[in-house]
Amino acid sequence: MKRFIIPMLAMAIIALIFIATITKKEAESTPLAELKTKFKKEKPSVDHSKFSQLQKKFVKPQDVTAACIDCHNERHTEVMKSSHWNWEREEYIEGRGIRYVGKKNILNNFCIGINTNEQSCNKCHIGYGWGDKNFDFSNANNVDCLACHDNSDTYVKKSSGAGMPDAAVNLAFVAQHVGRPTRSNCGTCHFFGGGGNNVKHGDLEKALFDTHRDVDVHMGTDGANLDCVDCHKTEKHQMLGKVYSLSSMNRNRSTCEQCHTETPHSNSVINEHTVKVACQTCHIPEYAKVNSTKMEWDWSTAGKLNNGEPYEIKDSLGNIVYASIKGSFIWRRNVKPEYIWFNGTASHYLTGDTISADSPIQMNTLHGSYDDPDSKIIPVKIHRAKQPYDPINKLVIQPKTFANEKGEGGFWKDFDWQTSIQHGMDYINLPYSGQYTFAKTEMYWPINHMVSPKTKTVQCNECHTQKNSRIANLKDFYIPGRDQNAAVEMFGFGTIILSLIGVSIHAVMRIISKKKN
Amino acid sequence: MKKILVYSRFNRFWHWMQSMLIFFLALTGFEIHGSLNFFGFEQAVTFHNFAAILFLVLIGLAIFWHFTTGEWRQYLPTRQHLRAQIEYYITGIFRNAPHPTKKTALTKLNPLQRLVYLALKILVIPIMVFSGLLYMFYRYPQSAGIQSLNIESLGIIAILHTIGAFFLISFVIVHVYLITTGHSPTSNLKAMITGYEEIENEKTIDHHTEHAVSSENVLKAAK
Repeated sequence: MKRFIIPMLAMAIIALIFIATITKKEAESTPLAELKTKFKKEKPSVDHSKFSQLQKKFVKPQDVTAACIDCHNERHTEVMKSSHWNWEREEYIEGRGIRYVGKKNILNNFCIGINTNEQSCNKCHIGYGWGDKNFDFSNANNVDCLACHDNSDTYVKKSSGAGMPDAAVNLAFVAQHVGRPTRSNCGTCHFFGGGGNNVKHGDLEKALFDTHRDVDVHMGTDGANLDCVDCHKTEKHQMLGKVYSLSSMNRNRSTCEQCHTETPHSNSVINEHTVKVACQTCHIPEYAKVNSTKMEWDWSTAGKLNNGEPYEIKDSLGNIVYASIKGSFIWRRNVKPEYIWFNGTASHYLTGDTISADSPIQMNTLHGSYDDPDSKIIPVKIHRAKQPYDPINKLVIQPKTFANEKGEGGFWKDFDWQTSIQHGMDYINLPYSGQYTFAKTEMYWPINHMVSPKTKTVQCNECHTQKNSRIANLKDFYIPGRDQNAAVEMFGFGTIILSLIGVSIHAVMRIISKKKN
Repeated sequence: MKKILVYSRFNRFWHWMQSMLIFFLALTGFEIHGSLNFFGFEQAVTFHNFAAILFLVLIGLAIFWHFTTGEWRQYLPTRQHLRAQIEYYITGIFRNAPHPTKKTALTKLNPLQRLVYLALKILVIPIMVFSGLLYMFYRYPQSAGIQSLNIESLGIIAILHTIGAFFLISFVIVHVYLITTGHSPTSNLKAMITGYEEIENEKTIDHHTEHAVSSENVLKAAK
């Protein structure tokens, strides 16, 4: 009996150790209370409402700026170096060299471009009066300090006002209540890009003004309650982070790792994933969690009128699915991202590039591949559109869409593509052949926000699976659980089945032969 | 017949640990492979990696045991009686012919077993260990570190590991069946549990023949 007991005991102990090891609890993360203390909103030591310089009636918003600069002298020079002011950056683009690109000159596949449309688009510029290409970027008084620093929540820019404040704004009151930028400062523009809530990004929308951890674990007011600038850290008015619809270089990025390190998991196998998989890929299982985002935009249907008047059609959620001025849209909510390889560099369709429209024109191309050691899998929203294209000159077209009055050539008033395109292309000194079609285009938007709590991350078997793997389209590498070699499978299961058949036949023959004897 | 100790205590411990680990590794491994769904992918990976480490420890102990006890000699291949052993499994067994080789404490394995087990020891298990370690410590190509050590794809490692797993499963199937071909269908199993087996001495060969003729007795004994 002793002979059994010792090996049995040994096995039992090993089994116990085994169970104990594999059921080990995940390490506790930083408690919420600690985070709340760390990111507590400090009360500033300066009360602007007590400054005599601000105790007056401001007639022009430029006078407010002058008052700001009076104390914060030279701050404007920082602002005027920023992309928020210039709407362009110096970028090195692969194969193109150094270019100055940004909203100022790049086309997108939403409202297409700002040129000729500055009155409307440039409402979101941090300046006063950029209404056409003659805007004076060297005039410091045109800097709009209040757009970002208003803490009174009463500052509003005028619609189609080229960045000027709404007439109803009490400039003195706003000037007396300035401070660190809050969500509402950033969100006023960044949540509404493309002409409506959540149109562009999909992961940045008005719901984030006041949200829950389930929607955004960082911004949830029941969670860490972070402001945008807690992560988009800013030094001398130069902000961390940028969006690859406009940026090209792998620099000045605001990353998860800056707080969480590269290997934040207690499980080493999961940490190992971070070599090739971006944090966002697993931690943002879906975007547009509250309100829909625009997935497709078809300009070719624009211009239909009802009794000579433009109209809109809305779906049950209130999303505009057709607008005479813009065409037809497809909106989606709770969208599973698409996944691509990305190494932090991008190239762009630069205005004036001649390009074939045989396959969808890539408005921006995010570089990367499995073989590239700097590439990781990231989640993206791909916005697909049909937009005006000159098939003779092979140019993506900048149309003039906005106009104050009929007859100025703006499509939104006249609904005439020919004049709209002619005005737009003339304005940016590009030729127009007189013919237009609608070309398919695609634009890539990396998904970085709406990070879910850790209990709601993408699970292993959503990628490591043969059917409907989230990364089914990334075929340039092997991952366990998704990929199998058909020949090996056939050989392997064949061998097993033959073994079973073999021993079965043998066993039956043995039984028969024994019965015979 | 005489009862002698064929499988020492460690021998049995090693055998049964190995069998449990191979079963567990196959279960978790084929879940990782995408063939079945039992623990869930994440748990399967954790369990598989842990069991793999236990297996490595066991292999280390077994190697030590083989060399310190001289048991490794059991696996030296021989052509003597090899053909007879194969013929026994193909035809003799159905005629109730006697086992062509005798089992003793010094030669536990018949010539066919020697060959197959040796192949497991020097081919299949090393391939599984080697590909398994590469699998476990695989790093995707990265710029930091020594570039020439980068393996471009996990695919080749995974395929090798999978082929090995298919071989092992086939082995287990045939092995489990063949242990029923002893004196009685369960005598080999009992021996591997208790360590003791009734071994034929010179005289018992006749006895065995006699005994085997009475196949009904054998079947009864099996029940």
